[in-house]
Amino acid sequence: MILLDGVKSRIEAAIPGARLEIIRNDSPSAQRSLQVDNEHAVAVAQFLRDAPDFRLDYCSNVTGVDWLDAEISEKVKIKKVADGVEKEIEEVKKTRRLGHLEAVYHLYSMELKHGPVIIRLGTENRADKNHLPSLTPVWRGAEFQEREIYDLYGIVFDGHPDLRRLLMWDGFQDYPMRKDYLEPDDYEYEPTAHDRVLEKTKRHHQPEAKP
Amino acid sequence: MSDAVLGDAAHTPSEASVLSAPEGARQPNYAIVPKTSATGELEGDLLEVAMGPQHPSTHGVFRMDVVLDGERVVKLKPVFGYLHRNHEKIAEQTSYLGSMPYTDRLDYFCSLTNNWAYALAVEQLAGLQAPERAEYIRVITAELTRLVNHTCLIGFLLQDMGASGTPLMYAFREREKVLDLFESLTGARMMCNYMRFGGCRCDLPPGWLEQAKQVADNYPRFLDEFERLLSENEILIARTQGIGVLPRELAINASITGPMLRASGVNYDIRKVDTYGIYDRFPFRVPLGAQGDTFDRLIIRALEMRESLKILEQALRDIAPGPIRDPKAKIRGFRPKPGEAYGRIEAPKGELGFYLISDGGPNPYRYRVRPPSLINLTILEDMCVGHIVADVVVILGSVDIVLGEVDR
Repeated sequence: MILLDGVKSRIEAAIPGARLEIIRNDSPSAQRSLQVDNEHAVAVAQFLRDAPDFRLDYCSNVTGVDWLDAEISEKVKIKKVADGVEKEIEEVKKTRRLGHLEAVYHLYSMELKHGPVIIRLGTENRADKNHLPSLTPVWRGAEFQEREIYDLYGIVFDGHPDLRRLLMWDGFQDYPMRKDYLEPDDYEYEPTAHDRVLEKTKRHHQPEAKP
Repeated sequence: MSDAVLGDAAHTPSEASVLSAPEGARQPNYAIVPKTSATGELEGDLLEVAMGPQHPSTHGVFRMDVVLDGERVVKLKPVFGYLHRNHEKIAEQTSYLGSMPYTDRLDYFCSLTNNWAYALAVEQLAGLQAPERAEYIRVITAELTRLVNHTCLIGFLLQDMGASGTPLMYAFREREKVLDLFESLTGARMMCNYMRFGGCRCDLPPGWLEQAKQVADNYPRFLDEFERLLSENEILIARTQGIGVLPRELAINASITGPMLRASGVNYDIRKVDTYGIYDRFPFRVPLGAQGDTFDRLIIRALEMRESLKILEQALRDIAPGPIRDPKAKIRGFRPKPGEAYGRIEAPKGELGFYLISDGGPNPYRYRVRPPSLINLTILEDMCVGHIVADVVVILGSVDIVLGEVDR
């Protein structure tokens, strides 16, 4: 078993300036992950692969996640003094999450047989600033998976040797795995569109609906 | 070919190739020797051929764009997507249980291991634990699936090599016996849809264990016969030994998993590393290859079947009556807490993983399949370059892909 706090402090010692953040995971799996900044991502990946006590030589899974703009409400317990008595009050804290795209890497070690160490890279937004550094030069196994993310999520991996669409055809325009992807109009089965289908058709024909 | 090139005694293939090569360790291990002719035209040119998508040896709809110099492969680019249906998007729009039948269609030879991988990921996400009897049933069905997969793979590979009919029919004869077991257990021969979160769908029917024992007991006899056919066949040895060598370091770096990785000599079996389920109870060995060539990949599968039979023998002996479902597992209104989980198992083709993100809703926010077939194809070009076209078919066959899983 490999502890993420130890990984974080080792990286911080080895690569000065790397901005890391441990992302908690409240589910029973308790697989926490490490958010890595984009400038130091390749250096961090190389360090994790080559450091003799980690040797994360096996990049198992690479995947994209699409996060839309959202308001996250979290229940926070705050101690307050009311009428001279200290009370614990639950308050709902609201934070605004800006929409962004994320690439998640699951790393294991074949030599030392431990893992997973999960690292995440995030883009700034979902529209124009959608570039991430490619980790394919570090782990060749990420090659097809990063191509798939580029294909389905539209993250551009800088430094990828062969960044083309993987599953969709070359002339395809949109990114199908994004949460706001609209399926094309193909209502052969419903010649007179009504109700939900009509709503959807209208939405699809609004030019501003799609970026 | 231009005059300048003709003047050289030998030139690197990248100068002459049609597609531009990406940087890195992809240099072919031979050099093209230009053929001299009076006019300097036509001869020595490269030919680009599309193998597939309807080629019978690609095991489905899969295309390889091959650049050939005579019969030698200079460059090879796999083209995917002919069977793409965006399984992940469909699963994100349906309930957790609703995508269980869809996992059958990923690798349609091994639906039970697909079910298990998905159930394992959801169990990690929701904190469920399958009871002991269910774990035994899972091990038994998974090892039977491994038998089916490896048997068929060897059959297909011999068919690809030109041993038309006989080996494949032998393999399918044995497969039928196991599929009969699946049918009496799950109601379906291939699309089993059997595992559930925190257990299995139904208990074993009466007499099933005896039938399974009989199949497992008779299997070594078939394997003896099959291995004799394999290891003593001169044509097979000539076609596979030294063909498509995959070096150990490249195999690790390219995330190759399963029998293909172990054929390159890397001791990594997730049944041993993660000991998911109850695999820590069964002593079994992990066969390793020495050369990493096609022959090793073939023999590793034959040896793995023997180990699977060992596991089966113990599991069929030790299984005890008991419940088959975790009582905490909800069938209706199943909403795991927000969070994420990555669960993986050693499927017959390699590491099959499911990555799930829950936002507390009835359907997963993110659902990802880590397909072993697709990722094992990463080094297809490296293995094929320098060999002849007929070897490409054999090398692809030894990778063991199923297009339902490659394209998803």
